[in-house]
Amino acid sequence: MGFLERIFREPRWGVHPDDRKRPAADAPLRKLPPPARVYMPLQQHVGGAARPIVLAGQKVLKGQLIAEASGNISAPIHAPVSGIVAAIGDVTAPHASGLPFAAITLASDFEERWVEGEEISDPFSLAPEEVARRTAAAGIVGLGGATFPAAAKFALGRRLKVDTLIVNGGECEPYLSADDRIMRDRPDEVVDGVRIVMHAIGARQALVGIEDNKPEAIAAMRVAAAAFPEVNIRPVPARYPMGSDRQLIITLTGREVPADARAAEVGVLVHNVSTCAAVHRAVRFGRPLVERIVTVNGGAVTRPGNVFAPIGTLVQELLDFCGLDEAPARIVMGGPMMGTPLAHGQVPLVKGASGILAFDAREAHVPPAGPCIRCGNCTRACPMGLQPLELGARVRAGDLDGAAKLHLGDCMSCGCCAYVCPSHIPLVQYFNHAKGELWAKERAKLRTEATKRLAAARLERVEREAREKAEAAARRKAERAAAKARTAAEAQAGAESGAAPPAQSQHEGETA
Amino acid sequence: MSTANVKQPQVAAAGNANPIGTPVSAPHTATRLSVPRVMGTVLLALAPATLFGFWLYGWPAIWLWGFTIAAAASGEALCLRLMARPVLPALHDGSAILTGWLLALSLPPWAPWWIGVFGGLFATVLAKQAFGGLGQNLFNPAMVARVALLISFPVQMTAWVAPLPLGGANAPGLIDGLMVALKGMPSGLDAVASASLLGFAKTEMSRGVDLFGSLAHAPVQTWIGSRPGSLGETAGWLIAAGGLAMMALRIITWHIPVAMLLGIAIPAAILHSVDPARYLDAGTHLMSGGAMLGAFFIATDYVTSPGTPRGQLIFGAGCGLLTYLIRTWAGYPEGVAFAVLLMNSLTPIIDAYVKPRIYGRDRSGAAIEARRG
Repeated sequence: MGFLERIFREPRWGVHPDDRKRPAADAPLRKLPPPARVYMPLQQHVGGAARPIVLAGQKVLKGQLIAEASGNISAPIHAPVSGIVAAIGDVTAPHASGLPFAAITLASDFEERWVEGEEISDPFSLAPEEVARRTAAAGIVGLGGATFPAAAKFALGRRLKVDTLIVNGGECEPYLSADDRIMRDRPDEVVDGVRIVMHAIGARQALVGIEDNKPEAIAAMRVAAAAFPEVNIRPVPARYPMGSDRQLIITLTGREVPADARAAEVGVLVHNVSTCAAVHRAVRFGRPLVERIVTVNGGAVTRPGNVFAPIGTLVQELLDFCGLDEAPARIVMGGPMMGTPLAHGQVPLVKGASGILAFDAREAHVPPAGPCIRCGNCTRACPMGLQPLELGARVRAGDLDGAAKLHLGDCMSCGCCAYVCPSHIPLVQYFNHAKGELWAKERAKLRTEATKRLAAARLERVEREAREKAEAAARRKAERAAAKARTAAEAQAGAESGAAPPAQSQHEGETA
Repeated sequence: MSTANVKQPQVAAAGNANPIGTPVSAPHTATRLSVPRVMGTVLLALAPATLFGFWLYGWPAIWLWGFTIAAAASGEALCLRLMARPVLPALHDGSAILTGWLLALSLPPWAPWWIGVFGGLFATVLAKQAFGGLGQNLFNPAMVARVALLISFPVQMTAWVAPLPLGGANAPGLIDGLMVALKGMPSGLDAVASASLLGFAKTEMSRGVDLFGSLAHAPVQTWIGSRPGSLGETAGWLIAAGGLAMMALRIITWHIPVAMLLGIAIPAAILHSVDPARYLDAGTHLMSGGAMLGAFFIATDYVTSPGTPRGQLIFGAGCGLLTYLIRTWAGYPEGVAFAVLLMNSLTPIIDAYVKPRIYGRDRSGAAIEARRG
């Protein structure tokens, strides 16, 4: 980069963290032998948790459905090994809290016997709905980390008539190379998956965005896509968070997704390269999503690299498989910019986990936070155009509504601001905290409103009942009075023949 | 199945005053940039111009520089002690040293020691710590101190000396220099007293001598910066080089310096072309007084300038324009300090109105229309 260019051509957004992808990315893919036990969480996706349909002690084959989807946005869970259902209970969730969540525990019989899968020779002869159905049945969710059920996205794409499929091969997180590996080792599967997804959503073209720090993947994908002019391989500058859908969409198509809208509304749909490969396996071979490539990396790992492992494998087993030089100072599931810290390794690998990082003490060191010097690095880095320093100051002062007015809700917690902060202020922590508080406040508000509505309804009902009672009483009284008057009148008529006005009884009715 | 004992992640010490608890959110990696590194880079960028100033004005200037920085750091330490805050980490960040350094560069090089000490203390105690410390001050501490000194001690603050480079026959040595700094300018050295070009031109103008008349016998002003002036403001090219280095290292951006220099140069060029007898040319304006130091090192202070590129352009242009207005029509020959302080006061307003456009929204904050293709 030239001197003047360095001064005048600033990137509009993003950061350039040390990518640390190599040598892990260049190590050949290894296959993890089936572990003795796997733990399949019922909630590995956005939406409703899956419902178990097996019982403890039941024999299952690899790929057999063990929990079915519940609701429109959900995904089924399949057995990643053949063996016996050992238990249905709680395991530690891959979350910083370390709280438990429901999972099916399987004991492997090490035989790797697959369930019968229906093979399709020409997926393009299927109706798009059928492709979506097979994808949904295979439990495929966004493997880049978003874990949104893929078939639900297909339906959205068809409904909004998207014209372009964006394939996310950005993999902008440092350390991770699972997508890089799948593009290098199985480019044909990826490209076939891309074409199947295009068919499913009715897109005319596919743009595969790959960061230019992955030249081998770009070359392999170009070869695989050579026969398909509708699949375009598009290298993009390596810059975090290029793999974020909104950033990748504007980089590849120039279209900007409006705030509070979905990408499909500007005619594009984004799917990860690994998701496309999983769709290929599911639609062509009827193979459900039970295994994935995961990067095991970090300073504490002896042989960093990518491992093809059953989902549900304990993180600790993956780490042991790659070897540990020392007890890791921090374990992270996902990438270093957005990943989840794990309290220990007894946590299952989930569908959306593309990496397991074991940091040594130096990597895990987080410098203490200092005061904000208003350098503006966070504002320049924010890919959403927010002002993290202003948001952070408001959250710190407890002015959550002020932060919401500055569009805190548009923050995607990508971590650019906290990464570049020379004072090492944990800005994302501030924002996550504030988002949680605002969400709780919103919920409380809704609850209060509901309570108020109920109270008002009750008051109205009580009043109505009292009014009706009174009216009824008045009516009876009036009837009685009328009857009395009638009797009296009759009696009087009998005596002197005259009429009695009913005015007085009406008046009593009103004041009763 | 292995059950290797995994060390729990380090948890920050109890009593963490962080209102949001111990951070668990990503990112789990951070830039190597830190506040001490930022300040250190700025100090390094200042070094060439400072060394030039040392060479030009000799030992009295070096002593004054030392006194000023020591006073600024002591003021900071004293305040932190009084507030029972940790002293060493705050001193380690280098911001107090930078404040003292910048103030020293803006002082007359042979000013007495107490000018530096008063200014240094004023800068960190009243202009910085009284506002709440690093990051909280509204006004640039060095410029607050400089203006306070200029108003309180106008004689000492306008006593310029002609360059008397180190090693020259008349230049005071180490001890003589200390004596100058402690006891003031000795009578034997009266011959070196001089005037800055801006001040000289203004005085002559007020006596009815136009620029054609006054510039003929004005103080010598060479392009390398050998001229009477503040300790570190004369070497315009060295200051600009330091500023460019900071831009290349992404410590500052080009917006404020370019806007401020244009803010001075454009009106100067226009008015000079209209009436060269009354108005100095743009080059002289840029290379005089504190224009260069102000544009690259003073106005770019993070804390007291706007945070967005467009805001910085407005801020820089305002600093430049006000500098020119003050120099040309106000009572003081030099206006950088006043201009920067005035624009500092506008920074919160600029920041409130000039915000970056948010992705997916227009400038007013409303969601944009969905458009395909």
